[in-house]
Parts: sequence; C-alpha cells; structure tokens
Amino acid sequence: MELYVAKRIATIAVILVIISGLIFGITQAMPGNVARMIAGQFATPDVIAAIQIKLGLNDPLLTQYWRWASGMLSGNLGQSLIMERPIGPMLRDALANSALLAAISIVLVTVVGVGLGIVAAIKHNSTLDHGISVFTFLGISVPEFFWGIVLILVFAGYLHWLPSGGAGNLSAGWAAWASHLVLPAATLTFSLIAHVSRMTRSSMLETLRSPYVLFARAKGLPERVVLFRHALRNALLPTITVLAIDVGLLIGGIVVVETVFSYPGLGRLLIFAIERHDLPLIQASILVIAAIYCFANLVADLLYAYFNPKIRYGGT
Amino acid sequence: MAELRAEANWVPASPVSRRQRLPTTLICGATIVLIVIALAIAAPWIAPYPYDEMQIMTRLKPPSFAHWFGTDDFGRDVLSRTLIGARLSLLMGLGATAFCLAIGVPLGLYAGYQRGRIEEFLMRSMDVLMSFPPILLGLLVLSVTTPVLWKTILAVGIVYVPAIVRLTRSVTLELAQEEFVLAARARGDGPAYILAREILPNAWPPIAVEASLRVTFAILLGAALSFLGMGAQPPSSDWGLMISEARAFVERAPWIALAPGIAMCVTVIGVNLLGDGLREVLDPRMRGGKGS
Repeated sequence: MELYVAKRIATIAVILVIISGLIFGITQAMPGNVARMIAGQFATPDVIAAIQIKLGLNDPLLTQYWRWASGMLSGNLGQSLIMERPIGPMLRDALANSALLAAISIVLVTVVGVGLGIVAAIKHNSTLDHGISVFTFLGISVPEFFWGIVLILVFAGYLHWLPSGGAGNLSAGWAAWASHLVLPAATLTFSLIAHVSRMTRSSMLETLRSPYVLFARAKGLPERVVLFRHALRNALLPTITVLAIDVGLLIGGIVVVETVFSYPGLGRLLIFAIERHDLPLIQASILVIAAIYCFANLVADLLYAYFNPKIRYGGT
Repeated sequence: MAELRAEANWVPASPVSRRQRLPTTLICGATIVLIVIALAIAAPWIAPYPYDEMQIMTRLKPPSFAHWFGTDDFGRDVLSRTLIGARLSLLMGLGATAFCLAIGVPLGLYAGYQRGRIEEFLMRSMDVLMSFPPILLGLLVLSVTTPVLWKTILAVGIVYVPAIVRLTRSVTLELAQEEFVLAARARGDGPAYILAREILPNAWPPIAVEASLRVTFAILLGAALSFLGMGAQPPSSDWGLMISEARAFVERAPWIALAPGIAMCVTVIGVNLLGDGLREVLDPRMRGGKGS
C-alpha cells in the first residue's frame, strides 16, 4: 500500500511538471502581445520594447518557463496584468469560496444521493423507485447552466426567496450569507446526484439479496437493524468510489455554476482571466485547478484501494 | 407421397420470432433523436423567420400566435433560433465525436496491436490529457485562439480522444490473441490489413456504445463552452450561447432561455436513451442469458 501511494504521488509530480509545460507552451501562443496589453493601445514601439526587456519576454522560452515554474513552486504566482495585483491572495480568496461551495455540494450529494439510493432499493420497482430514477436521469441530462437558470427564475425571479447570484458577507448575518450558497450548491448537487444514487441503489439491491441479510432477517432482527447495520455497511463500498470520482467532476461543474451565479470562486476567476487575456492569471489558475484535480483523483484511487481488499493486499 | 407432404408442412420458425426484441429505451431514444435530426435538417424551411432577423418593434414579446416561443431582446424569433440551433448542437455532438473517433481509434488499434515503446508513450500521453478536467482542457485550447464553432468542435473532440484510445486499445489487446488474428498473421498478412479487416470489424460494438455516450458529453460540453463565451459567437443561435444571452432577461422574458434549454434536454435525453438501448443490444453481458 505504501509503495502504491508513493508511486502514485511520484506520477502526479511528473504529470504536474508536464501539465505546467503544456500550460506555459499553449499560453505562449495566445493572441495579443503581453507588453502591448500592459502599455496600452497607443504606446510607442520604444515603450513596448522597454516593457519586454523588463519582463524578460525576449529571453529564451526555456528560461522564461523556468522563471515562471520556480516562481510557482516558491509561492510567487506573479502579478495579474488586468487587476495589477499579486495573484497569490486573489487566488487564495477565490479558492476558499470554491472550496466552500464544493464541500457543501459533496456533502449534499452524499447525504441525498445515498438516501435516495436506499429508498429506491427498499421500495424496489415501486412508483417511488421509478420517480427517483427519472429525477436523477434528468440531473444527468440537464446541463448545469440551464438548471441553474431555471432555479434563478423560480426562486429569485418569481418567489423572491433567494438571491440570484453573488456571494454573501458574513457581516450581514448568517442567513444572508448562507442564502447565497443555496442555489449554486443545489445546482451542483442535482447534476452529480445520479451517479451516487444509482450506484447505492444497485449495490444495496445486490446486498439485500445476499445470504447474510437473509440470515439476519431469519434471526428475527428488526428490519431497521438489518438494513442499516448489516446491508448498508457493505453496500456503501462501491458508492464511496463513485463519490470520489464525483469530486473530480465537481471541479469541472463548478466553473460553469460559478459563472451562472456570478459566484466569486476559482472558476469565475479563470473565465475572467481568459476573457481579458490575462496571461499570468490564466496560467496560475489553470495550474492550481489541474493540481487539485490530480489530487482529487489520487484520493479517489486511494479510497478505492483502501476499501477494496483485492487491491489493498494485492502487493502493488 | 403422404409422408412427403407431411414433411412439406413443416415450416421453420420465422427468424423474426427468434430475434431479440429491441429494448424500449432504444426505440424511444431513436425516435427522439430522429425527430431532432429531422427538425434540424428541415430547420431553414420550417423556421417561420430568419434566425438573425431583428425587429426592434417586437422586442421581448411573450409567446404568441405570430411568435410561438416569443422573441428575444433583439426581436428575433426564438422558435426559429432554437430550430437552427439544433443544427449547431448536433454538429457539435456528431462532429466532435467523429473527430475523437478518427484520432482515437487508429491510435488505440496501433497501441493495442504493436505494443512496445510507442504504446507506452501513447498511453502515458493519454494519462496526462486525462489528468485535466475536460472543461479546463477545452478552455485552455480555446483561450489561445479566437473562438469559432469549428475550433470548439475540435477542442471538444480532443478532450475525448484519451477515452477512445484507452477503450480501443483494450479491445484490440484482447482480440489480438484470438485465433483468427493468429491465423491471419500465419498467412503473412500485414499489420495494417489485420487491423483494418480482422480486428476493427470485431472491435466496433464497444466503440459504438462509447461513441454514443460521447455524443451527449460533447453536446453538453460544447454548449457549456459556448455558454462561457468560448464557442459559437453572436449572432449565432447555438443553444448554449442563446441561454447565456438570455441570462440578463431571465426574469422579464424567461422564454428566451427556456426554449433552447428544453430543446437541449430533450436532445440529450434522446441520445442517452439511445445509448442505453444500444448498450443493452450490443453488450452481451447485459443480455441476461436470452438470445444468441
């Protein structure tokens, strides 16, 4: 197991180096000259040349990459061209907002998804079961941004219960702060819940047919104990791995959802950077998101290995 | 003579009765998809107005007899735009899938059959591509160029290449050990011939199922990229772009967002059902013992 973990972490390090090279290489090909963007439309060629020398834009690409990558490693993420502020703190605030939204969503996906899966398995082939599967099927088929807009329309437009976007301030009170999170979290949850509830349902159904559940029932244990203490514990193993994969999907979904709800997170920051061609900000935010994604996948694999004895004792 | 006649009365069971019944999901999915395709093809003729015709006098009008789905903030007919948008959406789904198949299948066949260092290099490159969240890879590719629809299609196609390569490779690995492939090798057939004539015809069922999945992913990802401003550009009537433009008016004129949104959901549900049905027919493990 230790060797497996060490191997995976080494792979991630290599992948991140390659990704950073890719990001740097691709962003070098972006339209527009960075020096011209800083100097403005009416700058003379002298000014542009001076800025190019100051930023080291004439150095060989490898030197530039090395400067950028070592800056990243030492925590110096550079300066945003558009906002003229250091990227580090900006990225940190956005990351905190995104992490909060992601954490709430993943908790909701777990609780509601597992709950729906259990109910569907217990009430197998009933109207409720079919209702749940239609509901979750819709979740996969409706794009996040459309579902988000429908929620804004209903809860912000017609009912006026919740704000349509933005992030709340804690100083305005807990309720106001939390109300800004409801719609984005609900949107993300809906788009991810199908995997978890389907997996819980099918593995719960399988477990309920197993001999030891039959035995537990034959012993005369109350149904609640059979379901929750005997069946659920084993049925949840596959669900855990699906859940870990969902963390990866969540990172993709969050970019779109943050844009829909104008939520000041990492995804919206990235879209802002791309729209304005803010090169250093694009590079830093994509690298951070890619790193988080890699580690989320690592956690997924480790959980899978941990809960799956075949791999845990498999020697690799 | 009588015996002969008795024999002649014996009628073999009709082949239809022995054939497996098509799953309902496949029929429903195929019907929806065919309707969407028919509407998309016929769009320029059945659309009541040109999709980009602006009429300042009829801005933000709710659905009425003249404009079934209402009009948007430029007075353009939402029904006509949604119909034309179906073309773009299908183009995105099918185009990106065709592109990722065109790149992924040959690479996967090659990696699975030739093995060795090139395989190793290919598969590790695919690992790197897969360690990017799909939407991020699309954004990265599109951030370097000015967004146009065909570039978005290529970007979405590239995102899904690794999945196709991995699948094709694993299918090829299995098939390469089969006797008919060994026989072809013994006959002295070249690798290109074996891959094209012996392996590919047997490898396609799982690839087809995967491709049907990719179509919905591509439609959704393409729409998301257009929604984020990295795909089709105004005045195009791409569904993702239409929804993005409708955001500002969603409380005053929700029909502008609802029409393309519902159209997209119906399309995606159709393709999803079709894919589920296809998997049931093509994946022997899901046939549950019946049929051949």
